[in-house]
Amino acid sequence: MPSVCFYFQVHQPMRLKRYRVFDIGADRGYFAETGETNRNNERVLRKVASKAYLPTNAILLELLRRYPDFRVSFSFSGVFLDQLAEWSPETLDSFRRLVATGQVELLSETYHHSLSFVFSREEFRRQVELHRKKLKEIFGVRPVVFRNTELIYSNDVAAEAESLGYAGVLAEGADHILGWRSPNFLYQPRGGANIRLLLKNYRLSDDIAFRFSSRDWAEYPLTAPKFASWVAAHNGNGEVVNLFMDYETFGEHQWADTGIFDFLRALPAEVYKHPNNDFVTPSEAIRRFPPRGIVDVPHYISWADIERDLSAWTENSMQQDALRQLYALEGPVLASRDSSLIEDWRRLQTSDHFYYMCTKWWNDGDVHKYFNPHDSPYDAFISFMNVLHDVELRLPQKHRAQNMEHGA
Amino acid sequence: MFGWEFPPFNSGGLGVACAGLAEALHRSGVRVTFVLPRAFPIAAPFVRFRFADEGEDVYDPSPYPSAYPSPQEYEAMEAAKGGGFDRSLLGEVRRYARRARGIARSELFDVIHAHDWLSFGAGIEAKRLSGKPLIVHVHATEFDRTGGHSINREVYECERQGMAAADAVIVLSNFMKGVVMRQYGIPEEKIVVVYNGIDTGPPAAFSAGNAAGSALAALKARGKKIIIFVGRITLQKGPDYFLRAARIVVERDPNALFIIAGGGDMERQMLRETARQGLSHKVIFTGFLRGEELASLYRAADLFVMPSVSEPFGLVALEAVKHGTPAIISKQSGVSEVLRHALTVDFWDVDELANKILSVLRHPSLATTLQENASRELPHMSWTNAAQKVQALYRRFVSWIGV
Repeated sequence: MPSVCFYFQVHQPMRLKRYRVFDIGADRGYFAETGETNRNNERVLRKVASKAYLPTNAILLELLRRYPDFRVSFSFSGVFLDQLAEWSPETLDSFRRLVATGQVELLSETYHHSLSFVFSREEFRRQVELHRKKLKEIFGVRPVVFRNTELIYSNDVAAEAESLGYAGVLAEGADHILGWRSPNFLYQPRGGANIRLLLKNYRLSDDIAFRFSSRDWAEYPLTAPKFASWVAAHNGNGEVVNLFMDYETFGEHQWADTGIFDFLRALPAEVYKHPNNDFVTPSEAIRRFPPRGIVDVPHYISWADIERDLSAWTENSMQQDALRQLYALEGPVLASRDSSLIEDWRRLQTSDHFYYMCTKWWNDGDVHKYFNPHDSPYDAFISFMNVLHDVELRLPQKHRAQNMEHGA
Repeated sequence: MFGWEFPPFNSGGLGVACAGLAEALHRSGVRVTFVLPRAFPIAAPFVRFRFADEGEDVYDPSPYPSAYPSPQEYEAMEAAKGGGFDRSLLGEVRRYARRARGIARSELFDVIHAHDWLSFGAGIEAKRLSGKPLIVHVHATEFDRTGGHSINREVYECERQGMAAADAVIVLSNFMKGVVMRQYGIPEEKIVVVYNGIDTGPPAAFSAGNAAGSALAALKARGKKIIIFVGRITLQKGPDYFLRAARIVVERDPNALFIIAGGGDMERQMLRETARQGLSHKVIFTGFLRGEELASLYRAADLFVMPSVSEPFGLVALEAVKHGTPAIISKQSGVSEVLRHALTVDFWDVDELANKILSVLRHPSLATTLQENASRELPHMSWTNAAQKVQALYRRFVSWIGV
């Protein structure tokens, strides 16, 4: 003990093009920006696939073959899988090969990587179901553990996941919910008898995801033996070390020249050098370890920023306005039975659109810390609202009148 | 300090900036003597005034020359008045420089600080006579004023000589630093960027107690959404782009009303153009506003637009924000380097300007977010911060200043 539980989030949003007032009623290619910008989804996907997904998948495949007990888990957003199918089928194949080893678990999430749990429970269930169908179709897999967008979690999320039949749910191991307790055990959510909670060890996770290449960090450079020794230091006071991070950590956030690939390649052997240390998937952890207490999370938490709350997506008036108007269209959009309209509306639910509107960091110096394909949070909002206006215009006439909030 | 104008005898931002900086320097313990070319009934608690024409026996009743007309316009204006003086603007500038010698002889000072080309000559003379360090403060260059077309060589030469003779050159932004390096050949190490500041006292409550205020209140009551342009109506400020965007906006939002507050060499042309496009009821020209009337306009406005072609800084944008008005500013401005919570556009991109104006009018949440965040960053743009940078520069030459 303890066991290492890797979960990698793999997601790319469908970013909006620069969409002006004049495009309303004239252009439905909301996500089809071309050219050399970071709003060109195909361009971003191809770049990340070649820099990150393909090389990392190759390393993982090699490791899974060499160590039959090695385990990892992934959560793919549906919008990401759609982009792979269209623009990088070879990357999709390489993920399929990983899953085919039987050593990889896939997690359940909302198809559109949305905040729907917070804003519409019915839409949330529909998107979870869409995602389940997609995993079945592409990988032949039925997920048994749920993770919500951006690790947004509360007792209600656990209750919902339990009612949908999941055995476990993932969340951030935020200090303010754990207090003196350790994230390195399995817990039971308050009110959830038959579901288990896996909490991210954010210190060890962020050592890899954020600090790996930071020269200001006292532990720089981070080597596989050093990291494995930190994991082993939990022997006797922890059962499962949950390392949750974006998959783009490998090759995109940490570039190849930081040594991140060598680190990953060397890590399993170093972990195995410590007696009783190994790897598990979330569902294996749930089968292997008993819950060590009840965790009560009445208010939403997430894995974002220092605040670990919803403020990155919902803090300012623009974000609240955009979300309110977007979800106000739910009834008429679904009633339209227009599948391309419904899909466009759902793509607008992807959490990234609201993250791009966040003004918390839009001050000097912080600008480059957070990736935003739009020129500013305000530009992100303007394009989004113009697109939403066009979506409204596509509604059947009878719905349009009562829902139009904009001027002529 | 050598300057050309000072509130309330100012025609624009130059005087406002001089007063703001002088007051903040005074607060941090620097004693400022402010020299103006001619005597005025003016007093301020934070500076001691000297007038370069003191002691001259001819009383000169002509109005104060504005800091902004080109030499040609100035001559035309003055020729119309007649009189025996050397009435060219350059003549005024030269006379100011000559008289500065007398001031320099009769004053004790450590540093000479000259504001804009009109007083650079005075600064150079004072330096020649006293041997004290000269700092020139460039508030605008001839390239900004003319948009790079038909540069006045004599004005350019005054600017270049001032910058060349100076021990340090203060500019208002990195945008302007580039202009000064490229166009005037000033080495980078001599240039210091000091952003203009703004005093953020508690904003006065909206009062309709002036003519402009009550007219605006009536428009608002009729559901009009007011978009304002504040500045001289001249090429540099991009009023023509404002008008072109207005035409696009009013087609889509019949309640949009555009107000242009200011005067300038393009005023007649703009009026004609407005009439020609049938926009006279949608675009209102108020002339130059100041004081409470200008404050009323800022407060009544739903949106402030500064489409400048070339703007060394753009203090009006901070004035707008101070009054709680969201701003669209051109990327070709110094203020866009410090004011993060404003919408930015390339001045020539009229479609994008219209897109952003319409977005602000349609989505109150956009205006609210801009306004809330911008007022939060405003305290970081105080004259106190600017004065600290200026004082640090003084200390490079004179270690005991302000201690």
